[in-house]
Amino acid sequence: MLNKIYDWVDERLDITPLWRDIADHEVPEHVNPAHHFSAFVYCFGGLTFFITVIQILSGMFLTMYYVPDIKNAWQSVFYLQNEVAFGQIIRGMHHWGASLVIVMMFLHTLRVFFQGAYKKPRELNWIVGVLIFFIVLGLGFTGYLLPWDMKALFATKVGLQIAESVPFIGTAIKTLLAGDPTIVGAQTLTRFFAIHVFFLPGALMGLLAAHFLMIRKQGISGPL
Amino acid sequence: MSKHNVSRRQFLSYTLTGVGGFMAAGMLMPMVRFAVDPVLKADAGGDFIATNQKVSDLTTEPKRVDFTYEQTDAWYKSEETKVAWVYKDDNGKIVALSPVCKHLGCTVDWNTDKSNPNQFFCPCHYGRYTKDGVNVPGTPPVAPLDVYDYNEKDGMLYLGQVKPHKGA
Repeated sequence: MLNKIYDWVDERLDITPLWRDIADHEVPEHVNPAHHFSAFVYCFGGLTFFITVIQILSGMFLTMYYVPDIKNAWQSVFYLQNEVAFGQIIRGMHHWGASLVIVMMFLHTLRVFFQGAYKKPRELNWIVGVLIFFIVLGLGFTGYLLPWDMKALFATKVGLQIAESVPFIGTAIKTLLAGDPTIVGAQTLTRFFAIHVFFLPGALMGLLAAHFLMIRKQGISGPL
Repeated sequence: MSKHNVSRRQFLSYTLTGVGGFMAAGMLMPMVRFAVDPVLKADAGGDFIATNQKVSDLTTEPKRVDFTYEQTDAWYKSEETKVAWVYKDDNGKIVALSPVCKHLGCTVDWNTDKSNPNQFFCPCHYGRYTKDGVNVPGTPPVAPLDVYDYNEKDGMLYLGQVKPHKGA
């Protein structure tokens, strides 16, 4: 049945070369943990991506209940966690995944750094990777405020003070992030929400596409 | 036992599809259940709400009864006010009609159309209903007014769910 549908589409659109390009490629022996167990370090990048996919999916579902409003944010989080079926699981996935994605990304960065895989001709990919690192840290920072509890509020206050300590433009940066020069409130929450669910994920997807295109074009770095 | 030749490639693709499918299902099942929760949540309805209307004060003339109740909309609780037109019919039976016009949902009023006295009248498109809630043929409404379930407790009127009109 599935084969027939596939053949029907393939006959018309010739999709086999398309997915072959994406999925069908050699995995060199030195990155295959079945040959050398220590090659598991090459899994960190893929694991980071896998957890990112979980973050995007669970985040999409969380927004079905969450509202970025100072009166209702905490209530809606409480409701979705305690009243909705599997709410604790979905929020748990997003909560723990957020930390795990940073851990995995850091391990991936360490592997690339200590193997010298960032060297010519892969410098551009390293730069894109560093940008991805900052985007993910930004996602962590903005997402932390959204439950709108005490921990979220004071963590954000501290984060905004750090931003304010930038010479000359610090105050402007803080106001731009918080939406108000002094208050961390209604505008801060909506801004952080918009940044967290639209701006940063959009940028992340573009950068990830560039990251993957480059690794496919250049191939994985050779054995040490 | 029949001898099926499963190639190494086939075996690997089956096991990988199976394991991958299991993992994907483990991720997606909670998410989908989470999303469809409102559909599966049990209906809390059926409670009767107290009004300030004494049953003994009801006459055969329809009377507007406003009653408020606390509505729980997920994490948002609010006071909502509903309206009913209540009277006793010729047999002394209570009739509580919903004021929502069955044409396009405006609010009907009792006896406000001077050329058609003693009818429910909707000002939006001149829809009319007789006293028992049945729509007058030739006017826009396509069905009779809905009816509230009612209850009497300690002489006071209690109103419940809105049901479609049974008569007519």
